[in-house]
Amino acid sequence: MFNNRTINVLIPLISVILGLLAGAVIMLLFGYNPILGYGALWNGAFGDSYFFGETIRMVTPYILSGLAVAFALRTGLLNIGVEGQVFVGWMASVWIGVAFELPMIVHLPLAVSAAAAAGAFWGFIPGILKAKLGVHEVIVTIMMNYIALYSTNAIVRHVITDGEDQTERVAPSASLASDWIAELTFYSRMHYGILIAVFMALIMWFILNKTTRGFELRSVGYNPHASNYAGMSVGKNIVLAMMISGAFAGLAGAMEGLGTYGYLAAKSGFTNIGFEGIAVALLGANTAIGVVLAAFLFGTLKIGALNMPTVADVPTELVEIVIALIIFFVASSYMIRWFILRFKKEGK
Amino acid sequence: MKSRRFLLILALLLSFGLVLAACGSSDEADDSGGDDGESEEGGEQSGEDFSVAMVTDVGGVDDKSFNQSSWEGLQAFGDENGLEEGEGYDYAQSDSEGDYTTNLSRLVRQDFNLIYGIGYLLQPALEEVAEQNPETNFGLVDSVAEGDNIVSITFKEHEGSFLAGVAAALKTETDKIGFIGGEDGDLIRKFESGYVAGAKSVNPDIEIDIKYAESFAAADKGKLIASNMYNNDIDVIYHASGATGNGVFAEAKDRKQNNSDENIWVIGVDRDQHEEGQIDGNNITLTSMVKRVDVAVNEVATLTMEGEFPGGEVMEYGLDDDAISIAKTNEDAMTEDIVSKVDEWKEKIANGEVEVPSTDEELEEFESSL
Amino acid sequence: MDYVIEMLNIRKEFPGIVANNNVNLQVKEGEIHALLGENGAGKSTLMNVLFGLYQPEKGEIKVRGEKVSVSDPNVANQLGIGMVHQHFMLVDTFTVTENIVLGSEPRKGVTVDIKKAEKEVSELSKRYGLNVDPKAKVRDISVGMQQRVEILKTLYRGADILIFDEPTAVLTPQEIKELINIMKSLVSEGKSIILITHKLKEIMQVCDRCTVIRKGEGIGTVDVSGTNPDELASLMVGREVNFKTEKNPAEPKETYLSIHDLYVKDSRNVEMVKGLNLNVRAGEIVGIAGIDGNGQSELIEAIAGLRKSQAGTITLHDNVITNLSTRKVTRAGVSHIPQDRHKYGLVLDFPIGDNMVLQTYYQQPFSKKGVMNFKNIYEKAKALIKEFDVRTPNELTKARALSGGNQQKAIIGREIDRSPDLIIAAQPTRGLDVGAIEFIHRKLIGERDKGRAVLLLSFELDEIMNLSDRIAVMFDGQIIAEVKPEETNEQELGLLMAGNKVKKEGAE
Repeated sequence: MFNNRTINVLIPLISVILGLLAGAVIMLLFGYNPILGYGALWNGAFGDSYFFGETIRMVTPYILSGLAVAFALRTGLLNIGVEGQVFVGWMASVWIGVAFELPMIVHLPLAVSAAAAAGAFWGFIPGILKAKLGVHEVIVTIMMNYIALYSTNAIVRHVITDGEDQTERVAPSASLASDWIAELTFYSRMHYGILIAVFMALIMWFILNKTTRGFELRSVGYNPHASNYAGMSVGKNIVLAMMISGAFAGLAGAMEGLGTYGYLAAKSGFTNIGFEGIAVALLGANTAIGVVLAAFLFGTLKIGALNMPTVADVPTELVEIVIALIIFFVASSYMIRWFILRFKKEGK
Repeated sequence: MKSRRFLLILALLLSFGLVLAACGSSDEADDSGGDDGESEEGGEQSGEDFSVAMVTDVGGVDDKSFNQSSWEGLQAFGDENGLEEGEGYDYAQSDSEGDYTTNLSRLVRQDFNLIYGIGYLLQPALEEVAEQNPETNFGLVDSVAEGDNIVSITFKEHEGSFLAGVAAALKTETDKIGFIGGEDGDLIRKFESGYVAGAKSVNPDIEIDIKYAESFAAADKGKLIASNMYNNDIDVIYHASGATGNGVFAEAKDRKQNNSDENIWVIGVDRDQHEEGQIDGNNITLTSMVKRVDVAVNEVATLTMEGEFPGGEVMEYGLDDDAISIAKTNEDAMTEDIVSKVDEWKEKIANGEVEVPSTDEELEEFESSL
Repeated sequence: MDYVIEMLNIRKEFPGIVANNNVNLQVKEGEIHALLGENGAGKSTLMNVLFGLYQPEKGEIKVRGEKVSVSDPNVANQLGIGMVHQHFMLVDTFTVTENIVLGSEPRKGVTVDIKKAEKEVSELSKRYGLNVDPKAKVRDISVGMQQRVEILKTLYRGADILIFDEPTAVLTPQEIKELINIMKSLVSEGKSIILITHKLKEIMQVCDRCTVIRKGEGIGTVDVSGTNPDELASLMVGREVNFKTEKNPAEPKETYLSIHDLYVKDSRNVEMVKGLNLNVRAGEIVGIAGIDGNGQSELIEAIAGLRKSQAGTITLHDNVITNLSTRKVTRAGVSHIPQDRHKYGLVLDFPIGDNMVLQTYYQQPFSKKGVMNFKNIYEKAKALIKEFDVRTPNELTKARALSGGNQQKAIIGREIDRSPDLIIAAQPTRGLDVGAIEFIHRKLIGERDKGRAVLLLSFELDEIMNLSDRIAVMFDGQIIAEVKPEETNEQELGLLMAGNKVKKEGAE
């Protein structure tokens, strides 16, 4: 009844339930009503089509940043630099978006590809450093995050604009936003990007599971030594994996730049889209479909949470606690696996 | 062909959403009863029906600075008019930049009559939401937004900062003072310009170190910068950095605790931050550039409730209406001598003798005229 | 009769497999008791049952005559059962003492009383002649020493029944001798030992009695003094086993591999191969004999395209393959069965089927225009699994789940199936049981008879003598002698390997 596959599905599921339960207990301990709290969360995420639109809007970049982390992990790399890759992708898409006047059929794909290319470039640097010099990618990608943050700020202020804190809006021909969706969802910021995100999940699945390139990438990820012995180029695959991962992250930036906001403002800190991507990938067990589902959950929690203080008086920080607990339970999956097996044994 | 398929998928997604939405509202029917129905609102409103809400920036409602001050204003307004928290007045907290629009829209959908965006960071989001919801009234604190249903509330912070600069220049023993800003931008430059002008008016040779933390919510950076400044003989720091300033206070208090003879000071911002500077009978808060956001927020809310919403206008508050002032709570530190000097300069500003600069260019001009 | 351990009629099932059925194991106090069986016969399962890691479906366990239920390893520890694992569970950066006391540290207030611990460890070490430095860092000591630390760990926790899980697999011959002495001194101090192994020589040398398991079934227990290796082997495998693989005389033809004046450096930039010359002809097996560390690994890596050579040429037929990429060398017709199958031979987390195409996945029919064709891949895998008798539930099972012998059979199947001209087999039977060894030896001889050139590297003189048509002795980066197996013996080879050029100078 419990084969490995079902266990792999059960673990995240049970983690989510445990996380929510633990959240409820915490709410009770602090004197809040958990039913009211989660009710507010549910309504805040799905209460009407506006909230639903906003939830989807939040889910979109999470899918892509989750894919970025998951792709790297599947190839044995820990890409902590998704955050920075999101930044450069965001900037590249907006830059193309404001700098040109082109027909949509050219402009939008150009802006989106620019984001992917920028992200890929940002992934290329740690990739090549690891492949050629053996520098650990975690250290490089963390530093690249800061480089991305501060250089995009500088570029926004001094290159794209003249001393402003914020770029102009991207031309309509480069925008993913749609009046039609906006009207349907009472001006939520949901945009066509969700289609790109879901499509990219398919692409990731296809590359990894169906192509020779994916076979090599996974092989190198699991065992670089054996892959080298089998005649694969380990270095080349590391660089490529980082670039593809970075491209996904860059697209997450384009979702914000061309969809949600339509501009880029100088930022005082990280957006956290990239960092949340790590959690999304972990919860999604690094699979394409898992990432989409996990991103959906995170988006729901994040948007729903905003409704909790007003309706149920529960502070939004509580949702952060719930998310942290879910991650904790996934990370301690060993424990859950043990319980499942125990349960199975007694069931016999 | 392609776009038709796109639409199809989208329609599917949305119908899914609507199903969920239906589930959601049936679940919570008792809680959110009467959400639909009257969204009409005339000019006239009694205290009973009127409701007002605010959206914080990332500093949060407990930032001990202007978000908190605004919220105190709303609370006072609620008390005066017998409103209930949650129904009559409320706030929404933003954890990230992406939350501004969501929070504003959500409050619109909860039928609040007047919605404030606190802080200039909310300007683009507020303008966008205001345009989409012409029936709702909006207020923006600290910046100027375009729109007939928006009132912009600004302050002459440069004037208050000028007086803070005067106080700092009189207090310093090393002739070195510091300024810590939050995010670099027009607003905080206003503080900076006024402060520098004030200090140089007292002592043209004074050294002023200016640093930006690039955040209104990074107490750790605030602490680090303050530590550097105090190490470099600077003894008075004026911070205009929201919750980042909590780090400045923490650093000053740490130092004071280790060595109570060290004469170091912080000048607070927005609220009277006297409490923040309290340590073992000493107080390191020299003064604060008090900006009565609460007064302004309360006043505009009252106007709106009375049906006199000043849509499209810019309300500018300054020294003359006591919306900007210099705190004199710390009587040990603000000696009579300093207070009288500060009042002297305040008089000069009031009667137009001194034109306080509010931008970098104006400051340059001002400095060359000294 | 005084049995310290009795395991009676043990049955343990896993989904789809019966790992142990009706197994009996009775260990007398103060004896060394061998537990013999092929890889995958269920020896480890039985020991894990005893150690509390698995719960048996049937059967009972008695310790010192009393029936017990070993629900987890802690209970086993309390009963005085200790396990010396094959893969050491040590913290590299900790000292010997720290590793030994880890988990049951003597305390002084809230801190660990490391002085006291060191004293206890050094006393234990002296008493059993283990000769371990309690203050040394584990990463700085040899594998043999690390094993002694594992032994001390169990002794420190008061174990008097010690389970050794294939302890000699990782040791040098000298270290094996020392281990045998240690085991003897442990027994003389009143400890009892269960030795899990498939090495018949060791059983004959050190054990008192031997229990045999075959395919999960308990076969029986014999007194070692009344048996011989041939009998043990046939008990284990279930049929007669030939230690000496039968083969016809080689019929070498044209030269396939020709190495001329080759120089190779290792990763530390030390020259390991120094002007080596060697030829391997079609239809012969050339065995390289030598003590580990004389440049054998570097030589093989240079041929396989895994390591750059500094000078010299490597020719396959008439094609120079010096310093080509691994893939080009592979395509030129070289197969390589690597020394360390886990590290270099397999991607353990891939299904065994995927591992079968690790070099050829990019070619038709396994993929087309960059898209994999898993149907064809798994068909191929199934055929190879059948042909090479790889025992696995199916081709989708992860390579990790297979026993060592079956993993090696899979690798050999994959390498041979590419129809290479040259097969490099580096320690192809390391750690395998006699059944698997026999199978692999036969396959290699079969390839020779098909007219392929085979270059064999082994540190087991038996294997070299048995399999090779020609033996090249490697010392200090050079082939210092070439001999025929039928014209030499182990003594002479041993001398040559130590660098003594007794007679028969290099035959080039």
